Amino acid sequence: MTFLPNIIFGLILVAGIGFFVRNIQRLRRNIKLGVDIPIEGPSKQRWANMARIALGQSKMVRRPISGLLHIIVYLGFIIINIEVLEIVIDGLFGTHRIFSSIGSIYGILIGTFEILALLVFISVIFFWTRRNVIRLKRFMSPEMKGWPKQDANLIIYFEIILMGLFITMNATDVQFQAMGSGNVISGFIAPLFEGLPLHAIERTAWWLHIIGILIFLNYLYYSKHLHILLAFPNTYFGSLKPNGHLNNIESVTNEVKLMMDPDTDPYAVSEDGAEVPEKFGVSDVFDLNRIQLLNAYTCTECGRCTSECPANQTGKKLSPRKIMMDTRDRLQEVAKNIETNKGKFISDGKQLLGNYVSNEEIWACTSCNACVEACPVSINPLSIILDLRRYLVMEQSAAPVELNNMMTNIENNGAPWPYNQMDRLNWNKE
Amino acid sequence: MKEALKVPTIAELQAQGISPEVLFWVGCAGSFDDRAKKITKALVKIMHSAKVSFAVLGTEESCTGDPAKRAGNEFLFQMQAVTNIEVMNLYKVKKIVTACPHCFNTIKNEYPSLGGRYEVVHHTQFLKSLLEDGRLTIEGGQFRGKRITFHDPCYLGRANNIYEAPRELIKKLDAQLVEMKKSRRNGLCCGAGGAQMFKDAEPGNKDINIERTEQALETKPDIIAAGCPFCNTMMTDGVKNKAEGQVKVKDVAEMIAEAKDL
Repeated sequence: MTFLPNIIFGLILVAGIGFFVRNIQRLRRNIKLGVDIPIEGPSKQRWANMARIALGQSKMVRRPISGLLHIIVYLGFIIINIEVLEIVIDGLFGTHRIFSSIGSIYGILIGTFEILALLVFISVIFFWTRRNVIRLKRFMSPEMKGWPKQDANLIIYFEIILMGLFITMNATDVQFQAMGSGNVISGFIAPLFEGLPLHAIERTAWWLHIIGILIFLNYLYYSKHLHILLAFPNTYFGSLKPNGHLNNIESVTNEVKLMMDPDTDPYAVSEDGAEVPEKFGVSDVFDLNRIQLLNAYTCTECGRCTSECPANQTGKKLSPRKIMMDTRDRLQEVAKNIETNKGKFISDGKQLLGNYVSNEEIWACTSCNACVEACPVSINPLSIILDLRRYLVMEQSAAPVELNNMMTNIENNGAPWPYNQMDRLNWNKE
Repeated sequence: MKEALKVPTIAELQAQGISPEVLFWVGCAGSFDDRAKKITKALVKIMHSAKVSFAVLGTEESCTGDPAKRAGNEFLFQMQAVTNIEVMNLYKVKKIVTACPHCFNTIKNEYPSLGGRYEVVHHTQFLKSLLEDGRLTIEGGQFRGKRITFHDPCYLGRANNIYEAPRELIKKLDAQLVEMKKSRRNGLCCGAGGAQMFKDAEPGNKDINIERTEQALETKPDIIAAGCPFCNTMMTDGVKNKAEGQVKVKDVAEMIAEAKDL
């Protein structure tokens, strides 16, 4: 009978990790629905980017207040989780604070965790206030209504509760308090519990804390909070090219070469068996590349992109954050479809373009790269916007009329305006 | 009609067996837009005064395809690119200077994968290098002590990380360079990029160029400096709405040429 808690703990742990592994597998499957593209550029530079941008939070601090608060929560998250190791060992083997035998370092360690827990607690209360009391503009956009708002608050409540449980568990641990080392915060809380059944409270807090962590781990897949994991691969895979570079469409190059070369036989079967692609540009998540899909899962909806977007600032419908959220929502819809149809996607008559993102949004973009520059985790909303335009123009000829005129001019006389190419040097005579 | 500026085409020079040091890519705006033509001429005058051996493609130049590509028409872009690359490779072009950040970005970043590999510099970078090599001197002239704010073109700044070259040139004019709240990588777009220049804006509550002009006017400038013909147009329009006659919009090259009385 004495082993019952250990067995229950083991089962909960296995279930928690098992579900998490399943979620990661789903994530991989969903991202792999996208087009595989070669990863160009030296991996050394990619690792350096990851170290600087994700690990080092270099772009977060460009906004000092949220940057600082975020670094506290980020460090707290990483460092306090060292404690989880002890909790797992204690849980599995029925020990109590197994690491406490290492001596005074233990006190220093737990003391650090407690201070960080308090700082995290305070920081997330600031976060909550920014969203719910101050109501910062970038958290109030139309795309932030409903689930996204609730999701953000749930994460904050989760963190408040987890930090609260951690401190409570320490404060009600008679043995730990008796050590008199490391209880730098919980020591002040402990008197509040005087006269209460300490052991029962300590055990409850301990169990709820670890169960909470496992629930939170599995909440990630359904939440914007995935960025805590995906920021790392996403900054690794971020483009190493200048922001101004827009990819070349290889299949178009082949067609252009065919058109330009009088000797080619248009009916010849290409030797490498390259197929003509089904379509040019992007209308649904399947047409996006894997990095773009990873981008969508990485987005934590902070809205820095949208707040820097010139179109959004001047009241246009475009919001780069919404483009990322729409991409993810559609991808999740497709994933559910695949799951209910036993591994096969059955057309639902919907797509990213039209059902999620409107033409009005994508035509409002000035391609200025403000969103790309603003993103703290190397997400590129612009690449998706331009890929959607490509579909509209090359597959549907659905460009705004003035743009069609511009393109006709380029086609006919090599300039976006109706001037004769032969007059190109006339400026010199005026 | 004024006396024509001496602007050799690359075809003429090569017929004489001369390979120019640099090809001046004029661009559509620089060739056809009345405002931008002044920038083109200013740059030509500066290059003459610095004794730069340059040539233009003239009637052999065609749109780089940038607005087509940004509008989603990869076919048209590549047709333009391949044609331009063919012409430039035929003339064995090595180095290109252009006063248009859109042409600059496209030729520098997007032509290589289609077989066009050149050293491409924006005119502010080029003028800075002439200055450093001692081939060009910049005097303050009428700009001495003037308050000048520089509007970063997206395709020069964020797109290619060039922020300092135009600023260093402005400082050489002995002018007082004042920064807008939003500058360098945080600079706000003028509203023209991504083919917006050629279409009406989507419904909203303000025009982007007005927003940006207001940000520029907050610095109480005498001059709003630009480094892009499209930004120039947008900011000029904005100023017309907001501070007509009080503030001028000028390209960095124009200021240098005027200060030198060219």
